[in-house]
Amino acid sequence: MSAVAATAQPRARNFAASAWAFVRHHVLTAYSILFFLYLLLPIAVVVMFSFNHPSGKFNYVWQGFTWNNWRYWDGVPGIRSAIFLSLEIALFASIVATVLGTLIALALVRYGFRGRGATNILIFLPLSTPEIVLGASLLTLFLNLNVVFGFWTILIAHIMFCISFAVVTVKARLVGFDRHLEEAAMDLGANEWVTFRKVTLPLIAPAILAALLLCFAISIDDFVVTYFNAGSETTFPLFVWGAARVGAPPQVNVIGTAIFVVAVSAMLVNVLVQMRRERSAATT
Amino acid sequence: MGFLHRNRQLTPYLLLAPGLLWLGVFFVVPLGFLAYQSLESGNFDIGYSFTWAWGNYWDAIHNYREQFIRSLEYAGIATALALLVCYPVAYWIAFRGGRWKNLLLLFIVAPFFVTYLIRTLAWESILSDNGIVVRTLQHLHVLGPGGRLLATSTAVVAGITYNFLPFMALPLYVSLEQIDERLLEAAQDLYASKWKAFIRVTLPLSLPGVVAGTLLTFIPAAGDFINAQLLGSPNNHMIGNVIQSKFLELTDYPAAASMSFILMAAILLAVFAYARAVGTEQLTGTAV
Repeated sequence: MSAVAATAQPRARNFAASAWAFVRHHVLTAYSILFFLYLLLPIAVVVMFSFNHPSGKFNYVWQGFTWNNWRYWDGVPGIRSAIFLSLEIALFASIVATVLGTLIALALVRYGFRGRGATNILIFLPLSTPEIVLGASLLTLFLNLNVVFGFWTILIAHIMFCISFAVVTVKARLVGFDRHLEEAAMDLGANEWVTFRKVTLPLIAPAILAALLLCFAISIDDFVVTYFNAGSETTFPLFVWGAARVGAPPQVNVIGTAIFVVAVSAMLVNVLVQMRRERSAATT
Repeated sequence: MGFLHRNRQLTPYLLLAPGLLWLGVFFVVPLGFLAYQSLESGNFDIGYSFTWAWGNYWDAIHNYREQFIRSLEYAGIATALALLVCYPVAYWIAFRGGRWKNLLLLFIVAPFFVTYLIRTLAWESILSDNGIVVRTLQHLHVLGPGGRLLATSTAVVAGITYNFLPFMALPLYVSLEQIDERLLEAAQDLYASKWKAFIRVTLPLSLPGVVAGTLLTFIPAAGDFINAQLLGSPNNHMIGNVIQSKFLELTDYPAAASMSFILMAAILLAVFAYARAVGTEQLTGTAV
């Protein structure tokens, strides 16, 4: 459209304008490529140093290539149990939080009721509270009630901060949901439960899955809240924290890389499937 | 379900009950306990008793004013940097991404699937004293021969900026992506230059994303202590470091609890000041 406007202008002006447009177009692209390189730089370092063969305790300087860190991924005392604890917590926390969050999202989008505004605020507050305050306040609760710190306190904390994320994720999908489909099912004689199971649930399943994955990722990565409420238990991030004080072993990079690869491939598959679907929808 | 059918107005409350109960018991009630603890006096050995000890708050402000100010300062600088760094990229993806948009967004989020601590440790080794960055900067005489990046405020702010980038980039992208490009064409048809169209049309329309991104970055950044711990020195410690050590190492619970509340209050004040500056409509428009 700038070309249309520019034909009326003198030729030199036209050339200068298009040169300027070309530069600007590519400046933005070049800048974006630099941005992505910056984003990925630390990740490249993490992956690279998972293959390092450190001579001393410190895995900072490149010494030589080895497969051994991957082969003996659990070769450091404590790392195996830390990983399993993290996986266990993330699994239970994401399931419970997603169920509770989906129910809240359904109520918020589907029903008019008194206290909606207050509910929205209660969902929003944990998201806008610094993690250190979330962790500290739970710590004082458990201390005052003489609760023994460990698996259960970690799990309770993780479910707490995952619920809001699950609500927000499922809600986003429910808002754009065609209610006529449910009404049609009811008109055809299905009761509320059957309608929910056969119509609503399959339609919001992608959002529930997304919430589940998001909660899992947040839980397995959490350090601050866990640090305050773990007692003597050690999750993987706590293990890394402890190891960092004396020099983190390359196995930490191995696990970090593995979590990254699994998460990103799952998301990549999802995105590619989506892109294909959009393309086939465009051609038919 | 027959019961529910007869009591339709009860359904939403039954759906809400388990989740809200969880948030009530493990989020709201603990904040109450924290408030109670912040007004106690005594110490770990003789025990604490509730004495309306408002002095805890004054002591906290008096003794740790430096760390409070530093937290807000670091978080503010990091947020501004994140906004400057992310805006052009969010713009590029929204307007030039075409059918690669989702893939590009994946690239923005992907690095954050490496555990937070491991990411920060990677920065520690990138910025380390004989790493490439420090040596290059020494070569260019930006840093003196003995100059270093680790244990400086630069490293801490850089770490915070990096670690919260997606919280800035994603809301920016969402608000830019929703802009109807016909509005920009209309502006240009009315003889606005591209730059003017950006300033008068694109930028105002992306303001909700700017506000959401700023808040989502600033709030966690102000409470962070990991970057200051791993990339900084005690001279760069933020209030999060103090709260953490008071709670978990020194077991000075009342002091730590009062500091947590002051941190929350400081963040709320900063957010309100910001909301006044950009207009409250933008804020409420984005909040849930």
